[in-house]
Amino acid sequence: MTASPPDPARSFQDLILALQHYWAGQGCVILQPYDLEVGAGTFHPATTLRALGPLPWRAAYVQPSRRPKDGRYGENPNRLQHYYQFQVIMKPSPPDFQDLYLGSLAAIGIDQENHDIRFVEDDWESPTLGAWGLGWEVWCDGMEVSQFTYFQQVAGIDCAPVSGELTYGLERLAMFVQGIDNVFDLNFNGGSSNDRVTYAQVFKQAEEEYSRYNFEQADTRMLKRHFDDAEEECRTLLLKGGMVLPAYDQCIKASHLFNLLDARGVISVTERQAYILRIRELAKACGVAWLETAGGGAGGLAARGNG
Amino acid sequence: MPELLIELLSEEIPARMQERAAEDFRKLMTEGLEQAGLESEGARAFVTPRRLTLSIDELPGAAPDTREERKGPRTDAPSAAVEGFLRQAGVSLDQCVVEEDRKGSFYVAHIQRPGRATPDIVATLLPEVMRKFPWPKSMRWGSGQLRWIRPLHSVLATFDGQVIDLTIDGIRSGHVTRGHRFMAPQPIKVRRFEDYERKLRDAWVMLDGGERAETIRGEARTLAFAKGLRVVEDEGLLKETAGLVEWPVVLMGSFDKQFLSLPPEVIITSIRSHQKCFALRDPDGGLSNHYLLVSNMIARDGGKGIAAGNDRVIAARLADARFFWDQDRRTPLHDLLPKLDHVTFHAKLGSQGERVRRIEALTATIAENIGADVETARRAAQLSKADLVTGMVGEFPELQGMMGHYYAIEDGSNLAVASAVRDHYKPQGPTDMVPAAPVTLAVAIADKLDTLISFWAIEEKPTGSKDPFALRRAALGIIRLVLDNGLRLRLLSLMEWYRKRLLPSLPRGASGNFDAANLLDFFADRLKVHLRSEGARHDLIDAVFALGGQDDLTLMVKRVEALARFLDSDDGQNLLAGVRRASNILKIEEKKDGRRHDGVPDKNLLVQGEEKALASAIDRAEAQAKVAIANEDFEAAMRAIAKLRSPVDAFFDKVTVNADDPSFRENRLRLLNRIRAATLAVADFARIERT
Repeated sequence: MTASPPDPARSFQDLILALQHYWAGQGCVILQPYDLEVGAGTFHPATTLRALGPLPWRAAYVQPSRRPKDGRYGENPNRLQHYYQFQVIMKPSPPDFQDLYLGSLAAIGIDQENHDIRFVEDDWESPTLGAWGLGWEVWCDGMEVSQFTYFQQVAGIDCAPVSGELTYGLERLAMFVQGIDNVFDLNFNGGSSNDRVTYAQVFKQAEEEYSRYNFEQADTRMLKRHFDDAEEECRTLLLKGGMVLPAYDQCIKASHLFNLLDARGVISVTERQAYILRIRELAKACGVAWLETAGGGAGGLAARGNG
Repeated sequence: MPELLIELLSEEIPARMQERAAEDFRKLMTEGLEQAGLESEGARAFVTPRRLTLSIDELPGAAPDTREERKGPRTDAPSAAVEGFLRQAGVSLDQCVVEEDRKGSFYVAHIQRPGRATPDIVATLLPEVMRKFPWPKSMRWGSGQLRWIRPLHSVLATFDGQVIDLTIDGIRSGHVTRGHRFMAPQPIKVRRFEDYERKLRDAWVMLDGGERAETIRGEARTLAFAKGLRVVEDEGLLKETAGLVEWPVVLMGSFDKQFLSLPPEVIITSIRSHQKCFALRDPDGGLSNHYLLVSNMIARDGGKGIAAGNDRVIAARLADARFFWDQDRRTPLHDLLPKLDHVTFHAKLGSQGERVRRIEALTATIAENIGADVETARRAAQLSKADLVTGMVGEFPELQGMMGHYYAIEDGSNLAVASAVRDHYKPQGPTDMVPAAPVTLAVAIADKLDTLISFWAIEEKPTGSKDPFALRRAALGIIRLVLDNGLRLRLLSLMEWYRKRLLPSLPRGASGNFDAANLLDFFADRLKVHLRSEGARHDLIDAVFALGGQDDLTLMVKRVEALARFLDSDDGQNLLAGVRRASNILKIEEKKDGRRHDGVPDKNLLVQGEEKALASAIDRAEAQAKVAIANEDFEAAMRAIAKLRSPVDAFFDKVTVNADDPSFRENRLRLLNRIRAATLAVADFARIERT
């Protein structure tokens, strides 16, 4: 196939390319997905950690997100245990953040004169990350196409300046622009007839297999053990110092292990709360340690203090 | 007088907070202006998803001038002291007068301050009001410090057509606003409210939330009517949708008819709670596969695309609902019970499973008391909370009970059980329907009584305006269940039964502190509130409640009603007059003696005919009243006592109570005390205020 400008109405990957192109134009660094299992793009250190401290930051990236509990063995047209989020973070949140966002919708071909775009209250909270923010879910013709949040706290630490965060559910958005009712029918590559690769061809088998694993087969004793290991390693690394990012990786792992255990239904209500608290404590410890590093603005603050 | 116009344009304000915010804004501003000496007339506040607006029709141009006299140093004080005083007071020596007192003469500064100009006052007041604005939740954004509901974009502030110059968190005020986000985003210059409202309307912004709601209501009815359908009206949803748009446009969408096989409550809840759409009914009352959505756009294609998009989402939502419906029906409710053991009801009160077992035991006892089939009631209680762990109720908590009802029927439970599962949460508020089926009543009362007793046992009682566990509603619920169905329940004995049988099973630390008398008082208070709201005289309620030890709600109300009816009759007037004559003198003499005259009158000390007659009349009246009360015929009891009127009158005419011989006096007071005592079997007549 010859390269042509991205056409989000044609393919899933063109949607990604168009968003990357648009946000690159707004000064974002275009990152690649983080190479660990996460439940949402927010867990990427480029959001969680970079939202902390005084340094400006603009980034955009695709993040494969895993929600073991949402698996439906590939049988539900809307629910997946693995899907893509497109994540944008801008710190400090620019005054025209809403307009920039609407610009991105225009860039992927959503004609604002024929659609009904609404900002509907939805306060965001991640108990495991000790994070919360205010914002909306953005509706396009009644469909939630993005989450729009002004971070107030991350890792239990007040955000100053405040980051603006956008999360697009890429499959849903693609279904919308391609006019398709079943996620597995999405045209992934934009090819036609024999060249066409569908979302089903890429991911349906994975949905079936992972649903089986997540709900039925994951070895829960092993998962619990790994959770304990990750927790311990995170704390050890923080104690040794100079390894905030590796320590945070362990926090991410603990979070995913918890999600798996949760999907297996082996965590009681009281235990659930305890697990969440344990992860949050790790996230908080990482956040505090991050502020002591250059990335967390420690050098900048010191420099200002001296000057 | 000149007018004030303020608009705070921000990013989207949550619908549920808008109405309150407008009211708070109007109140805080007018109060602040008043404190600064400015009386405002015709203050109105408006709110849309993006703007909070205040318009005051008339406001003076400045606050009134003020005068102050300040005492200064003596005239012979060192000049440095005098100069210091002048500097501080901001006056010159010729603005001071010299006054004298015993110690000599001294300066008094006459300070005259012109009232501050209104724009200055507003420029100070508005930022103050904004900084302390009582949003339920507020936020910071960018690098700023201001907290507002969402990022603030502009401040429009004019007085008498002129911009009030102020700056808040880097935003400088002006006279520019913007119209509808998509249909008229360009800047609009305004000076006055009339201008503002008209230009906004031209720019597709309907400023008044009430007008937006009525527009939605009207358009919805028209669209439905054209299709021969009826809107499932929903005031809450109407308000919410009016808060989500600046220019409402109602559109009709539809979904596949196959979804109509889902329970109608599921469809209505699903499209309402997720999509904020109105359901429609066919002429025969069944749900239609059409629905109404409220958009914020006049789309170029007439809304076809918008409706189609919503159709897709609704179809996905209903497919989800059907997934839960199919999934849930695979497991009988009974098999879900073990799962309730893993759901916490309250940290100090254990799991839902434990709670259900308590409710079941209590239900059986109540069923026996009210003549409901005990086994059926027990089964219903067992299943009453099982739907809490179904997928559908997990998704739509407001369908609790309703889903249990459907699933119980699916499992082949009988209708009495299914209805009890559905209705045992009722009544949820003062206007909610009160169930009447005996099995439902048993479960409904047990559910609420268990909640009340267990929270009482862990000392989680409502205080002031705080009632996080809705215990007042639970008590009122029991009151209405009992009264509306004329149930005879001894609340105290139920509580004592609970104390013995169930309290020990509560988790450690929760079992020791239950104060039944205190909970009964709580019931009495709620009953008073309830009766008063039904229009009963509060003094009659007090007269009955003062008797103490009353724990049968129906009987208490019966007494109050009998009292009200009887006092309206001639006999009632007689009774009251007779009893009052007796009580009045008793009160006076008791006060003198510092004791009551409780003893039994001595027959041998009755000498005059009138007192003998009264004594035997009391004997008769007491005996008759006793029989009547045993039959709960309070009117008959009062009629019997009312017959004492003429012997009492005769007694007072001829007999001197305060006889010289103290034994006669004591005996006569005891006789009168018997009259009062006899009436206390019905009510405390001393509490009755008027006739």
